[in-house]
This record gives sequence, structure tokens and C-alpha cells, in this order.
Amino acid sequence: MTNILIIILSSLGAIFILLAAIGFVRMPDAYLRISVTTKAVTLGVGLILASAAIYFDDLSVTSRVLAIILFIILTSPVGAHLIGRASYFAGNKLWEKSVTDELDGKYQPNSHRLSSGEEFEDEDEKRKKKIKERDLL
Amino acid sequence: MTIEEYLYYIILPILAISVLLVFCRFVIGPSIADRVVALDLLITIGITLIAIYSIVYNQSTFLDIAMILGLIAFLSTVAFSYYLEKRNRKKREKQQKDD
Repeated sequence: MTNILIIILSSLGAIFILLAAIGFVRMPDAYLRISVTTKAVTLGVGLILASAAIYFDDLSVTSRVLAIILFIILTSPVGAHLIGRASYFAGNKLWEKSVTDELDGKYQPNSHRLSSGEEFEDEDEKRKKKIKERDLL
Repeated sequence: MTIEEYLYYIILPILAISVLLVFCRFVIGPSIADRVVALDLLITIGITLIAIYSIVYNQSTFLDIAMILGLIAFLSTVAFSYYLEKRNRKKREKQQKDD
């Protein structure tokens, strides 16, 4: 019974990881690649680690496996968000067939602050004032 | 066919093929973000390889190393994205000064 469960879980995990790798090669754009890999690989790793926990049937191994799964589920979206943000600032283009870019013009280029677009002018004026004051001094 | 043989002869080759595919993207990846994501992905698939090997050789201590690898993967992604963002900001400021 446990053997069948281990076979099902590990096969599903391996298939998810293989699909993520194929998507990682085939997707046309960096953001789509990040999105594909983050979700599918997290699921695949979780399934294969769960099969290891079932195989050993031991409290220490199970707690270790749960800690690894929890850690991966917590950290992989954060890492994907950070690298996607950095690549957006680097000027990575979206795929030419993508429909909208909702962040277009909403990040201030220097301070990297996200806002509604009206505050940018105020900040620019403040900076100009500061530069003028410095010049006067 | 025992469970160890199934894992050794079917699951491990699938994982090896996916490692090769990810490595292809690591080599040809047009932007640096692709390479960072590929590195992260290679380490994450390495965690699953370690889990499979710990079943095949019946050694549960291998899972400790998997935990450390997960930590390193997250740390490296955060550090790479931090310095990428910093570099971009410096470049942009230089351009503005030149203008």
C-alpha cells in the first residue's frame, strides 16, 4: 500500500518538474518563465519530499521534510517576486504579444517607488528645490 | 520491481532530463534574470534528487543537506536581485548626469 502511494507521489512530482523544465525552455519571455517555474517546481518538490517522508515513516524525517516543504513554499514566491522586480528595472521587455503592462510608468525610475503617478512630479520638484538650495549655499 | 528500482530507473532519469533542459536555458538565457532563475531552479531540482537518493540508499541523513540547499537557493536569489537592482539604479543615475 505504501509502495503504491510512494510511486504515485514520486511520479506526479517528477512529471511536474519535467513540465516546469520544458516550460522554462519554451516560454518566450523572462516573466512567463519565472511564473512557470515557481509554481510547478514548488509542487513537484513538495510531492517528492512527501514520498520520502512516507517511505521512512519516522517522526524525525517527517518533521524535517515538513520544515523543507514549508520553507520552500514560503521562500519561492518571495524570490520570484524579487528577481522579477529587478528584471523589470533592468528594462527587460515583455513578450510582444502580451496584452497589458500595468506597471508601465508607475515606478519612479530613480527611487524605485511604486505609486499612482501623481506624486512623481512633487518629488521631482522637491529634488529641484533641494539642488537650488545647495547651489545657493 | 522494487520501489528502489522504480525510483532509480524511472524517476531519476526524468529528473536528469529536466536538469539538462534547465541547464540549456542557463547557457542560452538572454538576460541575467533568466540565469539567476535557472540557478535557483537547478538547486531546487537538486533537493528532489537528494530526496530520491536518500530513499534509494536508505539514508535519511541526506535530507539535512537538502534543507541547507533550500536555504542557500533563497539566499542566492535575494542577493543576486538586490545587487542587480542596485546596479540598475547606479546606471540610471549616471545616464541622468550625462544628460
